[in-house]
Amino acid sequence: MNRTFLLAFGIFLTIASSITGLVIIPNWQFQELKPVVKLDGTRYPEVYFGDQARGREIYINQGCIYCHTQQVRMKGYGADIRRGWGTRRSVPRDYLVDRPHQLGTMRTGPDLASIGARQPSVEWHALHLYNPQITSPGSVMPRFEYLFREVRSGETVPADAIKIPRGRQTGDATHIMPTDRGRTLIAYLKRLNQSYPLPEANQ
Amino acid sequence: MTTETIPPVAAPEFKVRVEVDGSSRPVVVLYWGSSLLWLTIATLAGLISSIKLHSPEFLGGIEWLTFGRIRAVHWDTAIYGFGGLAASGTLLWLQARLCQVRMPYPKLLLVGGVVFNIGLVLGTVGILMGYSTGVETLEFPLWAMPLLVVPYVFIVIANFTMYFTKTTNHTYVSQWYLMAVTVWFPILVLSAEACTNLGAVDGVAQAIANWWYGHNVVGLFATPTGIAAAYYLIPKVIGKPIHSYHLSLLGFWSNAIFYNWAGTHHLTGGPLPAWTITLGVVGSLMMFIPVITIGINHHMTMVGSFHLLRTSPTLRFAVMGSMIYTLSSFQGSLEALRSHQEVTHFTHYTIGHVHFGMYGFFAPLMFAMMYYGMPRLMDQEWSSARLIRIHFWCTLIGMSIYVTAMCYAGIRQGLMMNDPSIPFLNIVRFTVPYLAMRTLGGLILLTGTIAFLINFVRIITPRKYTWATPTMLDTDRDWKKLLAQEETEKGARK
Repeated sequence: MNRTFLLAFGIFLTIASSITGLVIIPNWQFQELKPVVKLDGTRYPEVYFGDQARGREIYINQGCIYCHTQQVRMKGYGADIRRGWGTRRSVPRDYLVDRPHQLGTMRTGPDLASIGARQPSVEWHALHLYNPQITSPGSVMPRFEYLFREVRSGETVPADAIKIPRGRQTGDATHIMPTDRGRTLIAYLKRLNQSYPLPEANQ
Repeated sequence: MTTETIPPVAAPEFKVRVEVDGSSRPVVVLYWGSSLLWLTIATLAGLISSIKLHSPEFLGGIEWLTFGRIRAVHWDTAIYGFGGLAASGTLLWLQARLCQVRMPYPKLLLVGGVVFNIGLVLGTVGILMGYSTGVETLEFPLWAMPLLVVPYVFIVIANFTMYFTKTTNHTYVSQWYLMAVTVWFPILVLSAEACTNLGAVDGVAQAIANWWYGHNVVGLFATPTGIAAAYYLIPKVIGKPIHSYHLSLLGFWSNAIFYNWAGTHHLTGGPLPAWTITLGVVGSLMMFIPVITIGINHHMTMVGSFHLLRTSPTLRFAVMGSMIYTLSSFQGSLEALRSHQEVTHFTHYTIGHVHFGMYGFFAPLMFAMMYYGMPRLMDQEWSSARLIRIHFWCTLIGMSIYVTAMCYAGIRQGLMMNDPSIPFLNIVRFTVPYLAMRTLGGLILLTGTIAFLINFVRIITPRKYTWATPTMLDTDRDWKKLLAQEETEKGARK
């Protein structure tokens, strides 16, 4: 009976120590981290609100994380910066408002930590999500056509519709209109930007 | 081989065994049986994900089956559905046998098994509908989690009840591991859910909690159960005691201490304080100690008995599992090195490693438990030696193709990614043939799973006749003969 207790207690201690050491202590360390106030008075990182917040939900429920990371490794470790995925390495402060985190561990596709800076155009994102082959031939990314409404030839084309390049048009769709969900996802992707030079990123 | 009923044995030891197995039957068969259904679902989901990654138009346009959802379903059904249920069945039956007690609270455990399955269905449908939490390995929506946690509490209670009422004097190695699983797993799930989905910690601390969990769910749940099974089965089948008691003690505690700390190597190079990652790398490398000691213990016990692999289905799967445990753990420890991670971290190499461990080590040991346990629980023998052979070779060959293709492609992919002069899409195109090879591996694994499922369905179907001796791999014993026997018997009675 006594030895059983000892066994169970020892087993408990092993897991209790690791969660304390790996999660609770780092979390304390991060408590003092605050967003920085930029010269124009806005904060970095700013909380997600409106379309960005809703777009983040779409990013999560479509499972983008299984092929895309959102973390840039430091110079000299991998080629993240030389590939242009970021201008500096990612630091804990970049993720202050991320809940749940979407760091990711797989790069079937490229890193997205600063995709908003790398691809600022709504049109590019829309075409890429609608059919990745248009912007990135050979990609294995799924089509997210259900986030768009196709405008067929003959229909009146809304002013903000995006034209599918000739030669890439399938069926009689000539333009696409992001649905509400498509629009918010693009808003989220466009917001992803870690280019603000945080001082600790240079250390 | 003629069919006849099992001759009664009068030894008192046998009587205890009959009592233990009889009381365990409904519970363990429910857990193991449903685990195989989940394995089939998980394999199918994996196959769909795999095909989508080299042919993205496959089942395209269906939001429910988009890669990011079916991929999450694949892993969650594999780890909780197959892993959770197979390991729980194993845990309960091994503990009952090693304590030599009747299965306590069978009704509670049966209800628990059903509720757990309902929870899995809800969680899976939840992910497919887009209610994933977005935290890897904890994707099941929060409203499905109580249905998985509460049944596990029943298992913990049953486990401790058995342990405290045991009629044997000593504690066998496997029991330490089983005890560890029952203490670890509930703490692991609850604290990880609290830290991530319930938001007790923020930002990158959440990422650490996520990977502390993601690594430990394999290391503190699947691995100990697999090791417990190997410690039980290998000596049992070959009729020799384990090589060294002292080594098993060292193996157990070093595994318990170091595995816990290994998880953060999943975030190497990430936006975290360097010391957290260093701890993970150290923990991973220290894993050489338990892996080597456990390896010596398993393999040295086998020395001199390798000829039995020709005939015993249980032993074949158990030895495959314990050998790949050594290999995949070596691979895993080396993988944690920073220089190794610089290349392979974000690549298919990791996926290859996970499958090496899960389908090369854990799954074969669970299969071995079932091949050993089911005939004893059901009082009848496996109906087809050929189906067992198919299952074994499909498991070994399918897994090997899968792991080789993914690890090789992963290394090349990583090296190319670290060379910025190579356009990213060229790397994607490079991996496509290997991704297709993976689909082939997956198809072979599915074939094996179906062969096992058929044999499993037959063994739980009550038969009038069975064979007197175990179904060995070198026999051509077949179901049809048994059916024919029953038919002639029926005809004779008429």
